[in-house]
Amino acid sequence: MSALAPVFEPLTILIAEDSAADLLLLSTIVRRQGHQVLTASNGAQAVDLFARERPQLVLMDALMPVMDGFEAARRIKQLAGEALVPIIFLTSLRQSEALAQCLDAGGDDFLPKPYNPLILAAKINAMDRLRRLQATVLQQRDLIAKHHDYLLHEQRVAKAVFDKVAHSGCINAAPNIRYLQSPYALFNGDLLLAAYTPAGDMHVLLGDFTGHGLPAAVGAMPLAEVFYGMTAKGYGLTQILREMNAKLKRILPVDMFCCATLLCLSTQRRAVEVWNGGMPEGYVHEVATGKRTPLISRHLPLGVLSAQAFDDRTEVWPMALGDRVFLLSDGVLDTADANEQLFGAERLQQVFAANREPDRLFEDIEQALAAFRGEARDDVSMLEITLQAGQSMRATGPLYADSGQSCPLDWSMSFEFRAETLKRYNPLPYLLQLLLEIHGLREQSGALYSVMAELYSNALEHGVLGLDSRLKRDAEGFAQYYRLRNERLVQLSSGYVRVHVQVEPTATGGRMTLRIEDSGPGFDVEQVLARPLDVDRLSGRGLDLVRQLSSDVRWSDGGRSVCVEFCWEALA
Amino acid sequence: MSVESEVSLDGKKLTIAIKGRFDFGSHQAFRDAYERFYKVPQVYIVDLKETTYMDSSALGMLLLLRDHAGGDNSEVRIINSSPDVRKILAISNFDKLFDIH
Repeated sequence: MSALAPVFEPLTILIAEDSAADLLLLSTIVRRQGHQVLTASNGAQAVDLFARERPQLVLMDALMPVMDGFEAARRIKQLAGEALVPIIFLTSLRQSEALAQCLDAGGDDFLPKPYNPLILAAKINAMDRLRRLQATVLQQRDLIAKHHDYLLHEQRVAKAVFDKVAHSGCINAAPNIRYLQSPYALFNGDLLLAAYTPAGDMHVLLGDFTGHGLPAAVGAMPLAEVFYGMTAKGYGLTQILREMNAKLKRILPVDMFCCATLLCLSTQRRAVEVWNGGMPEGYVHEVATGKRTPLISRHLPLGVLSAQAFDDRTEVWPMALGDRVFLLSDGVLDTADANEQLFGAERLQQVFAANREPDRLFEDIEQALAAFRGEARDDVSMLEITLQAGQSMRATGPLYADSGQSCPLDWSMSFEFRAETLKRYNPLPYLLQLLLEIHGLREQSGALYSVMAELYSNALEHGVLGLDSRLKRDAEGFAQYYRLRNERLVQLSSGYVRVHVQVEPTATGGRMTLRIEDSGPGFDVEQVLARPLDVDRLSGRGLDLVRQLSSDVRWSDGGRSVCVEFCWEALA
Repeated sequence: MSVESEVSLDGKKLTIAIKGRFDFGSHQAFRDAYERFYKVPQVYIVDLKETTYMDSSALGMLLLLRDHAGGDNSEVRIINSSPDVRKILAISNFDKLFDIH
């Protein structure tokens, strides 16, 4: 360390001594050692001189007229502030109390008279080392403080940007979401995102990056952008997951990844679709029966696997109105007590079991955690979403970006999606973007998307894949339905879904006719439509919804072809 | 925390043993354990017998080792994991990337 290096630097040394002979002798010794000397003949003079010249070291006689050395030492120490100005007392005193008094007054050492030049030089050098050490410490402290302020400032700015990105969804606005997040420093490794799809479903992501702070926030930004952008355009979970994984894999270093649970909560379908990669089990809570279905982590976290190896399979669970989904971060389970015992999933289950008021679940968990450990964890996130009726459908993006002069009004197009495409591609976001070129339709984008999504999935699932919607009567059949859907989709080798769009101007505005055909066996339209409307059954709601949302619905070709119309008024 | 590594006599197997907490504090020691060997072993073994705790940055370090060992063509075995540590590996589905015993 530089403070200990044997570099000789001449010092300015103040000598306060009332005996002129001693002063002369001492000055000569010190000068001979290469230092500059300032002299004072009493304490008051010494203090004045110190204030003016700021010498680096003081040799101080204890007993002097006007002001003694003890008082002068006190004042000089005060003037010196944080810097170390070593004071060596020169004394003929021999009693221990007197020597102790020298140190109590702020002296750093003492030198007995008569002076020994060798000892004096050694003491000056030793004190100089201490002085320089102190100066280095102070300088480093100030540097650290400066860097710290700078870092805090940068983090504040970054957090402001981060908050805009991460909280631009509906996480705070949605009435059916409750969450609790404890912050770690300025950022949280945990990421919580929620947004509505054009059809009024809700996408929610709870993620946990390796690490905290800036590194986590850096990864969170692109993840949030993909989540919001693709959700608003109507992409499904699997496409969003693929995009997120590919993006993180590309930009993150090998040892960074993001554990995440992504879910799609659909009031319309009374179901939740879930993908969990690396997060602790969340739960679907059936309020009526009290049953909790675990949402088990089946996948590696996002950003680990290549696009080819990535597994986007999701699970679908039925939900009734009022049922809840509960998600948590590992901060809850990893909370440790004084003996490094972890809180763990079993204790969490006990809290669930003891919980009497569902609305107080978070408080119950927090209390249990507090009772368990007695100190706050850095990264606890909990989230609960309730399935509620009547989530409104939102229009995506700004309604009118331009005057509408260039909007297409008289055209038609047809698509045929065949087996290989049906397996892996969801054409709906693309079709929606295309149709929203028609300005008159933008106000109805939510309804339009819902109807398209419903008719497309009917064509695919009931038509091409031949699945019977009556399977979805109960929870067990529901799970089986989605298992079969996956199986048959994987094996699909033939079949098609055709989409025809016809847009025409009318006297008052325009009309869009959408016809969807499938290669399936068709169905008995009259019989299905005659079924009683039952809002709480798991199947059959789709058609009711379609009939509510579009001006006209007609089936033909034995149920294999369905046609809906959307009309709009000319824009003012 | 300590990280110890040992190469088999034929130089084909490198065993890395982590004692105590396996978290960000072991980052440098863990990297050193496999980067300082200039001969590349065929099999890497991570011995967690005396590992008491493991966090997500430890998972990241395992990914680094896997990458160093050749990614999808690597052979990395994780042995002697305690039930707690095994739970952490299971939640992250690391058994899809590593040979876990």
